[in-house]
Amino acid sequence: MSEEKPEKTGEIILKITDLKKSFGSLTVLKDINVEIKKGETVVLLGKSGTGKSVILQCIIGLLLPTSGTIEVFDTEFINLPEAEKNLIRRRIGFLFQSGALYDSMTVRQNLEFPVRRQPDFKNEDLSEKVNEVLENVSLADAIDKMPSELSGGMKKRISLARTLMLDPEIILYDEPTTGLDPVTSNEISHLILEMQEKLNVTSLIVTHDIPCAKLVANRILVLKDGTIAAEGSYEELKNSDDEFVRGFFEFS
Amino acid sequence: MDTLTTDKPKKTFKIALPESLKDTLIKITGLFLFAFKSIKELIKPPYEFSETVKQFYQIGYKSFSLIAVTGFIIGLTLTLQSIPTLQKFGAASLVPSMVALAVILEIGPVITALIFAGKIGSGIGAELGSMKVTEQIDAMEVSGCNPFKFLVVTRVTAATLMLPLLVILADMIALLGGFVAFNITQSMSLKSFLMTSFTNIDMRDILPATIKTFLFGFSIGVVGCYEGYNADRGTESVGVAANTAVVISSLMVILIDMVMVQMTSIFF
Repeated sequence: MSEEKPEKTGEIILKITDLKKSFGSLTVLKDINVEIKKGETVVLLGKSGTGKSVILQCIIGLLLPTSGTIEVFDTEFINLPEAEKNLIRRRIGFLFQSGALYDSMTVRQNLEFPVRRQPDFKNEDLSEKVNEVLENVSLADAIDKMPSELSGGMKKRISLARTLMLDPEIILYDEPTTGLDPVTSNEISHLILEMQEKLNVTSLIVTHDIPCAKLVANRILVLKDGTIAAEGSYEELKNSDDEFVRGFFEFS
Repeated sequence: MDTLTTDKPKKTFKIALPESLKDTLIKITGLFLFAFKSIKELIKPPYEFSETVKQFYQIGYKSFSLIAVTGFIIGLTLTLQSIPTLQKFGAASLVPSMVALAVILEIGPVITALIFAGKIGSGIGAELGSMKVTEQIDAMEVSGCNPFKFLVVTRVTAATLMLPLLVILADMIALLGGFVAFNITQSMSLKSFLMTSFTNIDMRDILPATIKTFLFGFSIGVVGCYEGYNADRGTESVGVAANTAVVISSLMVILIDMVMVQMTSIFF
């Protein structure tokens, strides 16, 4: 059994204050307040449909919050012009639930795509970087395959590799192990842990996978009724007085 | 004497529009803004040269055979239909000239554009709609890239520039089809047929016909990209995007043709 991961100390790299998000008359997020420190791995748990993925999409700018602020790298993100938002986005990786690989491109082209569009792009470093990230996810042989030739687990690995191409300081994971068998889920969880330890990235992970949360999280947040209902380590929440919170850990 | 001003209550007028009309007006506005953005992004660096060239191949080169077959059939059919009628007036020798005028001015551009709208408009709508549904467009956006420039500008550019070339191809092959049809009942060499065809055609005919093919291509590219880029989440929306792209871009071709015909009669 893995030891509980210690809490991180250090500068706050991501700060969400009074975040609210409504879709028409439906308010999904009421009052979200989260601070994440540099190098920390925070897992966000919650029942399906409670707005966990919405939080990630607000952070990265795919959705506009109804109200509240999001500070990334000490910069208020929401109202930035698009060009400045893109500069910050290049420092944040986003792992989509489906992987979102570009299906008309090979694995190599998928990985090269974001890098080729950076202002300081250098062609001579690219091949080496591609090989390096593929080695990190143990899929060097897949370099010339099309996404349709990859299994679900392989797609998640390649998607993570693509995220790593820009050397992100923060990675947002939207249900990284959903839809995978237990063995592959465990492999992905260990891969996430390995990336954190190797690269010291800050991570916010939305997941239902409790073993994954136990393995990787410094801190776990539980979302309920649009707010953060509980916060703590795996052991603290597993032994919580709140029945709702304990319920997530009952079958782990 | 001071002029007294009284505060009159402001009157507001609300016009109740049917929902369908509101939706149509919103869509038309959205299309115009989308078209304007595609031109703005085309001019602004950086440029997606290699993807644009790839789209020239996908959109233009891969449509050659379909357009060529269509053009041949148009020329063949038009000539076969025209000969009996003109023969009654002893004017069978005018068939090449008449077919050339009809094909180059109107039938070639419009039919080719409608075929193009069906093949390319639906293809682009489905492709971008599928990318939207599978979050590929979002993935481009969150990595700090410009998906609009990569996906939309390249396709609109390719559609705008390739359709005129395809129309020229269709027109030439239509004349070849006309030559084949003419020689079923009449007899004329290819050289004579072509010389006769172009007797009554000059730049005042060719220029407006060519200009409108650029507008056709631009509208088909914009509509296809707009429908796909704005598809809802869900697999059903991919089919809707493809279908709507064909319908609207076909209608745009007809409307642009109507406007261009009027403008041609004024300016040329």
